[in-house]
Amino acid sequence: MSAPEIRVPRAPGKTTIVRPRMTAIERFKRIVERRELLVGMIRNELKIKYKNSVLGFAWSLLNPLLYLVVFYIAFTIILGSGIPAFPIWLLSGLLVWNLFSTGLGAATGSVVANSGLVKKVSFPREILPLAAVGSMLVHFFLQSMVLFVVLAAVRWDLAWAYVPLIPLALIVLLLLTSALGILLSAINVYLRDTAHFLELALLAWFWVTPIVYQYQLVAQKPGWSKWPWFANPVTPIVLIFQRAIYARLTNPKAPVGHKELLPNWPYWGFVAYLGYSLVFALIILTIAIKVFGRSEANFAEEL
Amino acid sequence: MAAAIEVRSISKEFKLYHEHYTSLKERVIHYGRIPFEPFMALQDVDFDVEEGSTVGILGHNGCGKSTLLKCVAGILQPTRGEIVTRGRMAALLELGAGFNHELTGRENVFMNASILGLSKKDTVKIFDEIVAFAELEKFIDMQVRHYSSGMYVRLGFAVAVNVEPDILLVDEVLAVGDEAFQRKCIERVKKFQQEGRTILVVTHAADLVRRICDRAIVLDHGKLVIDAAPGEAVRVFRESLLGGELNEPVEAEQAADEASAETDGGEVQASREVTNRVQITEVAIEHPGLLERNWLLPDEPMTIRLKYHATERTDDILFGILIHDQDGNQLFGTNTRILGIDVPPADGDGEMSFEFHRVPLLDGTYLVTLAIQSVDEGTVYDWREQQSSFEVMNPSQTNGLVSFPLDVKFVDPAQAPAAEDTRA
Repeated sequence: MSAPEIRVPRAPGKTTIVRPRMTAIERFKRIVERRELLVGMIRNELKIKYKNSVLGFAWSLLNPLLYLVVFYIAFTIILGSGIPAFPIWLLSGLLVWNLFSTGLGAATGSVVANSGLVKKVSFPREILPLAAVGSMLVHFFLQSMVLFVVLAAVRWDLAWAYVPLIPLALIVLLLLTSALGILLSAINVYLRDTAHFLELALLAWFWVTPIVYQYQLVAQKPGWSKWPWFANPVTPIVLIFQRAIYARLTNPKAPVGHKELLPNWPYWGFVAYLGYSLVFALIILTIAIKVFGRSEANFAEEL
Repeated sequence: MAAAIEVRSISKEFKLYHEHYTSLKERVIHYGRIPFEPFMALQDVDFDVEEGSTVGILGHNGCGKSTLLKCVAGILQPTRGEIVTRGRMAALLELGAGFNHELTGRENVFMNASILGLSKKDTVKIFDEIVAFAELEKFIDMQVRHYSSGMYVRLGFAVAVNVEPDILLVDEVLAVGDEAFQRKCIERVKKFQQEGRTILVVTHAADLVRRICDRAIVLDHGKLVIDAAPGEAVRVFRESLLGGELNEPVEAEQAADEASAETDGGEVQASREVTNRVQITEVAIEHPGLLERNWLLPDEPMTIRLKYHATERTDDILFGILIHDQDGNQLFGTNTRILGIDVPPADGDGEMSFEFHRVPLLDGTYLVTLAIQSVDEGTVYDWREQQSSFEVMNPSQTNGLVSFPLDVKFVDPAQAPAAEDTRA
């Protein structure tokens, strides 16, 4: 080298350690540190999705509307389920389900879809499934507007006492979706057909969640047959949304056995049931971060 | 000073699958019998990079140097051992990696900076600088998919060097872009060095290591061979390279032997017949400094001495020589027929030599191919493909491949008009 160089000593920066095993807490801290990256990725994902489409965000509104029409025809007109104000009943559960299923679907493919990034740059990879869930959360809020418009138009009475439970239920839902999403995104790197299995699983899962029919219909069933509905961690979340938004417990006009729509639990009953979902989500999250952490070491090789 | 990067005896094992099954269906079908071979890409590599120093990682392809860099960058996790880094790190593994084609240059700059750990607020501050460095003022709001590869690379480099990393990891990327941009990159690297930033660069360009590094390590088959000053490391690197090359001609020779048996293809052209009637028995490369060093200085003379043995008297004979550089470019090639030299018939033992008056080469290792053939080159008696080599080491700062004979003269301005006068 030519001229003697004066090298300025620099202030010590942050220490990073790369090693084969990191604890779940270390990994979690790393994700929180990079929350700005998460927000940026969500924003970009939305931008890309709508950049080349004329209707833009209108597309995400069309999806629940279409479901509404289909289920209305199928259940109210053909089957005559007789749930009054069926659109409001359906939407209060369906929006929750849409967030769960689309978030999970997007998260599952996220690591493989971003293989270019995974192979070339370093960042906590959990951010990829989280960003996928995050962008679906934005869709959820947009789709909720459809419901709000309907509610405002018919001057629907909410069960205001239960409304504060909605944000809590939403947080638990996000935890659950993210936990499963992180887990499946890692598995999908090794087993690329995970998405197909997920599609089938979600189809079955949808029908063991009381969205298009009333929970009480299931609750009245004898013995063990109702356990899939009880154990389903999405059930309490859907119930809270229905309880707060739909707010009608019974349908006086229905035939005997179909009168009850929603469980007549006290406030804390719903909270306790939501607690079950929270515990479920946290267990999955711990497993997910462990599994993800173990397999992350080989992501760059497998992709 | 503290170490900016501590690599603590890391090992990395890859599984090489013969057949890679990536779906559950396939895994179930092939359960329990998915064959793979463990492959150690890195074995117990242990070294420190002092804060503010520039260290080069040298090694030929497949020696594990890129794997090592990816481990340091946190893209791959080592199987054993750990790596501690202090400060913000920017990795230039592939320029523009992580750019999203659907987004504009501007959006990608923010995204890329964010991945490198910069807040949005800080990115806004350096945004103009990045764009100016990349020379993309007019195109920054265009989708990256419409960029030329040069623009893409420039933007990638501009982001990485302008995010003010404490540690910069570079993988052979300084050799991209046009000449002017390359110079800009090297200048920026030098500025980084002056600012006390740490740089770890992976390359197989020995020349670059000598130019910018304080220290270099050499990897060979995943093991750290030496951790030393650049000059010494480059020497060891070249030696290990030769060691690697020497194995190949043996196979080439076998192929030639098989070709002679089956008269099809191999390393030697099919039209050529191969017989063993004249064989090279010994090759020696001599130069004036042979006793104290095993490399040449630029412009030194060199003699390649050849001993051969003919099992029967052979009149139809020529001797040929080829010189290649390490990248496989042929630098020189001739034979006794082209040179118009009378070759005495070979019978029993013989000796000949190619005597170069001077070797006008600068840095590098050069591979010598020697051949004995019939005059029409239709029959190959012996062909030693790149089995010998010589090395040239350039003590001066002049760089390049060829040592052009050169005088530099200045015309004295006081005398220049006078010279014109005399002519008039």
